[in-house]
Amino acid sequence: MPDHANAWDLIVSGDEALYAIVRLSLAVSLSAVALAAAIGMPLGAWLALTRFPGRQVAVVLLNAMMGLPPVVVGLAVYLLLSRAGPLGPMGLLFTPSAMAIAQTILIAPILAALTRQTIEDLWAEYRDELTAMHVGPLARMTTLLWDARFSLLTALLAGFGRAAAEVGAVMIVGGNIDGFTRTMTTAIALETSKGDLPLAMGLGLVLVAIVIAINAAVWGTRVWSERQVG
Amino acid sequence: MRAPSSDLPVVLENVSLLSGATPILDELNLTIAQGAPTLIVGPNGAGKTSLLRLCMGLVTPSSGRITWGGRPDPAPHRRAIVFQRPVMLRRSASANVAYALAQAGVPRKARATRIAGLLERVGLADLAQRPARHLSSGEQQRLALARALARDPELLLLDEPTASLDPAATRGVEEIIASAAQSGIKIVMASHDLGQVRRLAGEVIFLLRGRVHERESTRAFFDQPVTPEAASFLRGDLVI
Amino acid sequence: MISRLGRLALAGLLLVLANPASAADAERSIVVASTTSTQDSGLFGYLLPIFKQKTGITVKVIAQGTGQALDTARRGDADVVFVHAKSQEEKFLAEGYGVKRYDVMYNDFVLIGPKSDPAGVKGKDIATALKTISRKAIPYVSRGDRSGTHTAELALWKRSGIDIASAKGAWYREIGQGMGAALNTANAMGAYVLSDRGTWISFQNKGDLDIVVEGDKNLFNQYGVMLVNPDKFPHVKKEDGQAFVDWVVSPDGQATIANYRINGQQLFFPDAEKGS
Repeated sequence: MPDHANAWDLIVSGDEALYAIVRLSLAVSLSAVALAAAIGMPLGAWLALTRFPGRQVAVVLLNAMMGLPPVVVGLAVYLLLSRAGPLGPMGLLFTPSAMAIAQTILIAPILAALTRQTIEDLWAEYRDELTAMHVGPLARMTTLLWDARFSLLTALLAGFGRAAAEVGAVMIVGGNIDGFTRTMTTAIALETSKGDLPLAMGLGLVLVAIVIAINAAVWGTRVWSERQVG
Repeated sequence: MRAPSSDLPVVLENVSLLSGATPILDELNLTIAQGAPTLIVGPNGAGKTSLLRLCMGLVTPSSGRITWGGRPDPAPHRRAIVFQRPVMLRRSASANVAYALAQAGVPRKARATRIAGLLERVGLADLAQRPARHLSSGEQQRLALARALARDPELLLLDEPTASLDPAATRGVEEIIASAAQSGIKIVMASHDLGQVRRLAGEVIFLLRGRVHERESTRAFFDQPVTPEAASFLRGDLVI
Repeated sequence: MISRLGRLALAGLLLVLANPASAADAERSIVVASTTSTQDSGLFGYLLPIFKQKTGITVKVIAQGTGQALDTARRGDADVVFVHAKSQEEKFLAEGYGVKRYDVMYNDFVLIGPKSDPAGVKGKDIATALKTISRKAIPYVSRGDRSGTHTAELALWKRSGIDIASAKGAWYREIGQGMGAALNTANAMGAYVLSDRGTWISFQNKGDLDIVVEGDKNLFNQYGVMLVNPDKFPHVKKEDGQAFVDWVVSPDGQATIANYRINGQQLFFPDAEKGS
């Protein structure tokens, strides 16, 4: 990105560097949400429906993990993926994959905890009907997850928001490499440290605008869907 | 289809259900077998809902034994229940019925015809694609019946299914219940509406404070109740 | 429903594990662990595209402080280090992590402070200036991050006869961040800060700050480059890494460094022929 640039000019002129950064940010955070949902939502549903000794402890820990500091997750993943670490030979450090992995770890607890609460509340309502229909344990999970889909959408948006907003984890495991692992948030951090505060702020507004647009699109889809299926 | 083992007769032996220390149902001995519809009446808190849920197998007795067709296994093979306020799945009416069929083990290929048949039977054929949550309460109750009938039950339990419905909707539901009884399904239904009891019942069970106070044919119950409490109840007094 | 969720998750998994760099071995790249001054001043932004054009090798720069950059290399996470703290570099070499150290370029450090100069040190030599700042307890921002600049700063305190570890008080603010962040903080606090000239010239938030001390021979700032030892880390890209090292010390690379200017001002001065 050129120095002393104006964020608006960059958008309008289709600055390749800016668009590459936006694409990377979305790719990393959206794939993190997808993976975290695949892991976290079934886990949350299972936790909502299963009784076992120590369950309350598990629920409390899961809720607490919603507050995992991004920089700590980044550091832990860094140590895992570093050449000196156990997964070093995979060569994933300083790549977008590493960033997505770190963000997945960060937001999976959010999705799991919110799913657990949603499913637990829904189970109270559905319990008699599903038991009367002789629905097995796995089918209960999938049925409730599907019926709760609109509430779970909000959980997904929460997870996405957290991922798109954080800079600590992606900075450490990505390295903010120009053209490879520079996301919106790390670019903002960089421009701030170069003293180009107007550009940093402009990029910040671009990021916020994108997140708002995504939220609006998802919400619109939900409203339309609800009208279809009630 | 699963092997059709029978759920009838349902036999309760000295069954009690406690909530904390309070008995909701007290030393019940009851047999429910094939035959005309059995309607359960009694004041609020008598234990009607609990009795139905026990017979369905949704709750286990605190003491005593229940068997279905001679088996103690509570898994519902050929029985179904309709609640006062049914919970609709967040999908279309026909999808709700499809779900019930799937859970009852009906193979996918066979479902389409069954769905159409069931919706026809409950008078919802025109509303098949409507989101179930958008149906009126009467329509939802009929859909709940369709779901219950999808299980091809021998025993159909109903917990005051028309309590929240207007007369027109009530009639619609009663017609379906009557026709189900005609086709050989054993109906066991709790009701608050004595007119409904007269219309549908073959026999009446009068439940009071967790005990069976009376059990006789409909005519006998209305014309010559045995216990003073039953007489009081029929007069419309508050029986405490 | 499950297939929908499953497809989404599969897409996510593929994106996560499909590491473009490893998938496309056709693209040659190396990882250079360097300092924030070479990044924040814009030098690498100028230099690396030229290198890529000549050799086809993409250079991925991780910009950290010198200390952190050397540690990254010690873990085997970089192929080349390009830093500016000779004492730390020589330790790195002695530990067997580097192959050979080359001088590359130099610039100088400058003491930056508010235009109003509350410590009254403008134009003095660096030792006097630091002594005065410490004595008058004027706000001073330190990198505090084992970077090249931080290492130089500590050496300068020592040279002025001050034991900063015991002399520091509330006036001495260690932020543990890069040069740009330090300048931002000094601007906001109205404090003094030691900076390399390159970062200072290209810094865009100078605010009320200006150079107060420069030209002192003790402010000399030497940059060095080393290939990370492939004997210690067999995965190090030694041919491409060596190609980078060779180029920056070659006449061509050196001329390119000299050519980098901001507002007509040269930021870094090549000195590879001095030897190491």
